[in-house]
Amino acid sequence: MRELICINCPLGCRLSVDDKDLANIKVSGNTCPRGATYAVNEITAPKRMVTSSVPVIGSKTKRVSVKTSAPIAKSKIFECLDEIKNIRATAPVKIGDVLLANVCGTDVDIIATREAK
Amino acid sequence: MKNCDLVIIGGGPAGLAAATAAFDEGIRDLVILEREENLGGILNQCIHNGFGLHTFKEELTGPEYAARYEEFVFERGIDYKLGSTVINVTADKVVTYVSEQEGLQKIAAKAIILTCGCRERPRGGINIAGARAAGIFSAGTAQKLVNIDGLKVGKEVVVLGSGDIGLIMARRMTFEGAKVKAVVELMPYSSGLNRNIVQCLNDFNIPLMFSHTVVDIKAKNGRVSSVVIAKVDERLQPIMETAKEIKCDTLLLSVGLLPENELAGYAGVEISPITNGAIVDDQMMTSVEGIFECGNVLHVHDLVDYVSKESRHAGICAAKYIRNGVKTAEFVPTCGTNGVRYVVPQKIRKDDDAEQISLRMRVSNAFKNVEIAVLLDGEKIVSRRKQIVTPGEMETIVLKPELVAKVKQGNKLEVTLNVGGVK
Repeated sequence: MRELICINCPLGCRLSVDDKDLANIKVSGNTCPRGATYAVNEITAPKRMVTSSVPVIGSKTKRVSVKTSAPIAKSKIFECLDEIKNIRATAPVKIGDVLLANVCGTDVDIIATREAK
Repeated sequence: MKNCDLVIIGGGPAGLAAATAAFDEGIRDLVILEREENLGGILNQCIHNGFGLHTFKEELTGPEYAARYEEFVFERGIDYKLGSTVINVTADKVVTYVSEQEGLQKIAAKAIILTCGCRERPRGGINIAGARAAGIFSAGTAQKLVNIDGLKVGKEVVVLGSGDIGLIMARRMTFEGAKVKAVVELMPYSSGLNRNIVQCLNDFNIPLMFSHTVVDIKAKNGRVSSVVIAKVDERLQPIMETAKEIKCDTLLLSVGLLPENELAGYAGVEISPITNGAIVDDQMMTSVEGIFECGNVLHVHDLVDYVSKESRHAGICAAKYIRNGVKTAEFVPTCGTNGVRYVVPQKIRKDDDAEQISLRMRVSNAFKNVEIAVLLDGEKIVSRRKQIVTPGEMETIVLKPELVAKVKQGNKLEVTLNVGGVK
C-alpha cells in the first residue's frame, strides 16, 4: 500500500493505493476519477518537468532559465540536473533554443525559457 | 514638465497587461515606468513552470509568460523606461521619477495605473529573536540570487513559511545541491498548493512541520549555525519545552507578501486594512480620481493569469476615463461576511453602464461543501457551489450585465459563505 496526495485540485484527496499488482492498481480515497488516474501514473511512471538556469557567455544577461522540453522520469531528476550544470550557453539565445539535446539519453531536450541578446 | 495621457508604474505582469489593454482601447500617449533593468517583474526569477494555463492554455515558466506580454508591448510600440524609479505621485497626478539617463523628471498624467506589485515581509516584520548573522534571506531574495545571479546561497537550509514561494525554494535549493532540513509552518495548514507540497517537498522527503515556528537563530563567525524551532499552541504562542535545535547555515523566510503602496499613500489613496491595497471601485479606480490600481499591489493573487485579467480590465477602464471622465460619485459598497475575508472591488460605481463585474475574494479558513452567495440588500442574486474553498485560493464570481444593472439600483452587496448542509 502507498499513500499519495492528489494534486489535481485544492481538495488534495488522501489516496490509498494498492500496488501489489501493477497491472491492476486499486485506488481508494479519491473523490473523482482524476484521482485514480493520477495515482496510477504516479505509481507506474511518475514524471516531472525540471527547471533551472545556466550561465550565458557574451551577453549582458548573465544567465538564462531553462526547462525540459517535456516531463522526464522522476528518477532521472538529479542526473538531468548534473547535465544542466555543465551547459554554457552562448549569446544570442532565444526562447525555445535547444541548449542540450537528449538529456540523460531520453528524447527530451533542455531548452531556454529566457532570451539573452 | 512633460504631459502624458497615461502613466503605468511598474512593468511586471500587471503593468504589461494594463498597458496593452489601454493601447488597444485607443490610448497612444502612454508610458510604463520600471525601476529594474528588464520588463517582466518578478516573473523573471520564477523559472519554474505552471504559469499561463488559463491565459495561453499551456504551462509556461515565469520568464516565458513575461516574454509573451513583453511582446504585446513591443509590437504595439508602447513606450517604456527601464531603470526608472518613481519617487512621488500626487493627487493631481504628477509623477516624479529618477533614472540614470534622465535624472529627475516629472510627468503630468491624465490617468495613472499603479502596478507596483509586492514586497516580501522581512525578518523584522515577524520579530524573530537571535543572531543578526549572514545566511538569513527572504525566499524571493534567495530565488533571485540563485536563478538570476547564479550564486550559491547555502548548504543546509531551513525554510520558515510554507506558502508557494517557500515550497518552490525548498525544491530549488535541493536542485542546487543543498540539504533542506525542514519547512516550518506556524499555522496547522499550508497556504501553498497541494501540487507544490507534493512535488517540492514530498518528492525529496523534506519534512513539513505544521504548528511550529523559529524561536531563535544562532550564529558562529557571523554566519547562521543553527535555528531553534518550537511547537506553538492554539494561540500560536511557542511552547518552549518543545524547542529543538536544527543545524543549518541558511534560513529562508517565506512569511507573506506586502503590497507596495507607498506611492499610493503619497497620492492620498485610501488603503484597505485587510488587503493592504487600495480601495477600488469596479473600474479599478482608487479613492483618488484618475488613479487606478491592479495586480499584486491591489491584493495578493495566487495565479498570474488572474493578475493579467484584472489588469487588462484596469487598462480598459483607465482609457475610458481618459476619454470620458467620471459620470457619478455614487457607489454601492461591497463586503464579505461569514468567512469571506475580503471582496475586491470594495464598491460598485452607480453610473449607467452595465458591464460584467468580477468579484474577487479570499476566505479566512478552509471550508468544505460550501455555497458562495452574493446578496443584494439581503436577497440572494447569484451563488456558486464549491467542494472546497481555502485561504490560499482566490475565488471569483462574475456578475453578468443584467445582474450588474440590478446591483446598481441597490444599496449594499454582500458576499457570504453558507457552510455545510448545502445540497
